[in-house]
Amino acid sequence: MIDVDGVSLSFGDVPVLDGVDLRVEQGELVGLVGPNGAGKTTLLRAINGILDPDAGDARLAGEPVAELSAREVSRQLATVPQDTHVGFAFTAEQIVEMGRTPHRSRLDWTDDDDPVDAALERTRTDHLRDRSVDDLSGGERQRVLLARALAQEPAALLLDEPTASLDINHQIRVLGLVEDLVAEGRAALAAIHDLDLAARFCDRLVLLHDGGIGAAGPPETVLRDPVLGEAFETTAAVTDNPVTGTPTVTAVADRTARDGRVHVGGGGESGRAAIRTLWRAGYDVSIGPVPEGDVAAALAEHLDLPVVTAQAFGVPDDATRERTRRFAETADAVVLTGDPGSDIVATAADESSPIHASFNDGPHAVARGDGGQLTVVDSEGALLTAVEEHLG
Amino acid sequence: MGVATRTAVWSGGLFGLLCATILASAAHGPVSVDIPVVARATLNAVAVPVAIGIEMAGASVGSLSLSVPILDVQYAHPFSFAVPETDETIVRDIRLPRILLGAIVGFALASAGAIMQGFFRNPMADPSIIGVSSGAALGAVATIAFPLAIPFGLQTAAFVGALLAAFGVYVIATEDGRTPVATLLLAGIAIQTFLGAVISYMLLQSGESLEEAVLWLMGHLQYSTWGRVEATLPVTVLIFAVLLVYARDLNVLLLGEEDAHALGIEVERTKRLLLAGSSVITAAAVAVAGVIGFVGLIVPHMMRLVVGPDHRILLPTSALAGATFLVLADTVARTGPAEVPVGIVTAAVGAPFFLFLLRRREVHAL
Repeated sequence: MIDVDGVSLSFGDVPVLDGVDLRVEQGELVGLVGPNGAGKTTLLRAINGILDPDAGDARLAGEPVAELSAREVSRQLATVPQDTHVGFAFTAEQIVEMGRTPHRSRLDWTDDDDPVDAALERTRTDHLRDRSVDDLSGGERQRVLLARALAQEPAALLLDEPTASLDINHQIRVLGLVEDLVAEGRAALAAIHDLDLAARFCDRLVLLHDGGIGAAGPPETVLRDPVLGEAFETTAAVTDNPVTGTPTVTAVADRTARDGRVHVGGGGESGRAAIRTLWRAGYDVSIGPVPEGDVAAALAEHLDLPVVTAQAFGVPDDATRERTRRFAETADAVVLTGDPGSDIVATAADESSPIHASFNDGPHAVARGDGGQLTVVDSEGALLTAVEEHLG
Repeated sequence: MGVATRTAVWSGGLFGLLCATILASAAHGPVSVDIPVVARATLNAVAVPVAIGIEMAGASVGSLSLSVPILDVQYAHPFSFAVPETDETIVRDIRLPRILLGAIVGFALASAGAIMQGFFRNPMADPSIIGVSSGAALGAVATIAFPLAIPFGLQTAAFVGALLAAFGVYVIATEDGRTPVATLLLAGIAIQTFLGAVISYMLLQSGESLEEAVLWLMGHLQYSTWGRVEATLPVTVLIFAVLLVYARDLNVLLLGEEDAHALGIEVERTKRLLLAGSSVITAAAVAVAGVIGFVGLIVPHMMRLVVGPDHRILLPTSALAGATFLVLADTVARTGPAEVPVGIVTAAVGAPFFLFLLRRREVHAL
């Protein structure tokens, strides 16, 4: 339905889009993600004809937008703007009625009730119809704008940050409605800031980065793509949302990578605390052995860290011991937790690693060893200090 | 109730009010005429065009004599009530042209004001905002101050000056085929200031004609004639009709230019049309009546509070209310102890009313 073919666009000397290709089929909700200034809104404007691309073209149902009149475009494609300040005190119904503009003659002043009523009902804004849009809350106004788009009876929808000014309840409701509209066979392309929401509602995500498509595909793939962290200039941790089962992204803005790898022996809550502390401080972290399904193992996987897993409730086999030993021996520091698996690590570390720290379960009893001597530290902060001292 | 019905009801009511105001105004003056007599005399003055033909008239340019086609309209007077001759003369020849011209000018200024406030999405916008009035004033003051140097009549000069100023502002504010509203506003203010300087200098040099020039600048309807009524009425009605057709586009334009584009409006073309229409209609009014302030500012404001922001109903109601308001204001201007320019009356009434709206915060509701 929407085809973007090699679109390049610059504002003066500043290139914003550089050869963007994109395709949105009917019945598909595609999320356009990317950092501020990546050109999401610009791309939407190039698609609805407000901006003319310097090169390439955007097509609607096969026809180049540049060759269509605004009216022809607006009959097929509705744009839901980011919360607009209307200014004059139009009622919600009047605003939605303006959605009929593409289908009405200038001289036809009769009311076009059916599509307007349907749009109001669909967006559950029926009760707001006589209220002035200026008096509505952000969430209500966004729904009215969506109703206006529906009144256009379009085959495709563009949405520019439809949830930017909404609380979580309304975010879900608005996107849920868009999801339904798409299920009826419309095509929708939505610029969405919130990666979690994008992952939850969109069939595909397209990541805009450096003026081009950084990554595209199912949400799980795009959010785990290394380009994501690069695009947002931050380190992102992807976990699965326990409720929705869709990927959730957590940006860790204050993490700056440091030299040195620390191996954490053993999982459990204390292992997880050690991973979190050391990883956020910027160290490379490896972990093991930990039983499958351990909380520390889960965290390590989300952070994309190397993990040695062992069968739960069993004695680690030789292969596991050997892999663990290799990780521990090559690490710059070793943290021991009170977990049973720590023993294997302790053996390896005693023999090879000049430094090791021990992190006992319980009330943050942490030991640090130097030349075989373990020094006990009792908090995550103290653990970090100990590691920092030894790694310089 | 649909927009069409609401518009018809409101416009019908306001038109009735306008007619009543016209009759009442025509009864007032140094010689009072009874309203029934005024009504009969007014009906007698009604002329209906029954035949439009083209007649060849001889014209000679130097030694050449040419036949020039001239539009020949024949009117029928459907009413002929018995009215005392003196009263008929007072009403038909003295008062009616002035009152009708006032109505037309008020109609034009309020229409243009409604369009401009919507166009600029600014409650302080009025028809003169893009330099129309300053241009007209320049043309008019130039003909008054230097009658020999300028070969046109005052009205022509004012009309042409108004359109040139508006067009100049438009050209200055346009880049790559786009005319940002904010640039237009600022260019308008700059041109107004510049023309103001030129006008002030001309006033200093105008010598004995200073009084006439100042009188024109204040806006007045003193020299109204049937000829001026006939010249302004068709322009005003025609442009108003075009603007009314585009009233819905203007509504959508209020949502912002990008939204309007997404709703199928050819934004720049519509803006050009609205600007041109309101400039011409204002120029026609200013050319015959001078710079009458506050009608275009106050009346659309007031009507917006009453009928809401939909221009399909706001435009006609503002126009009719503007006509009524100016007829009333001019009645006050000409029947007071000493005749004053109507521009003084509109400003003296309009400014306090505007402040009243401001204090009630109604202005912010725009």
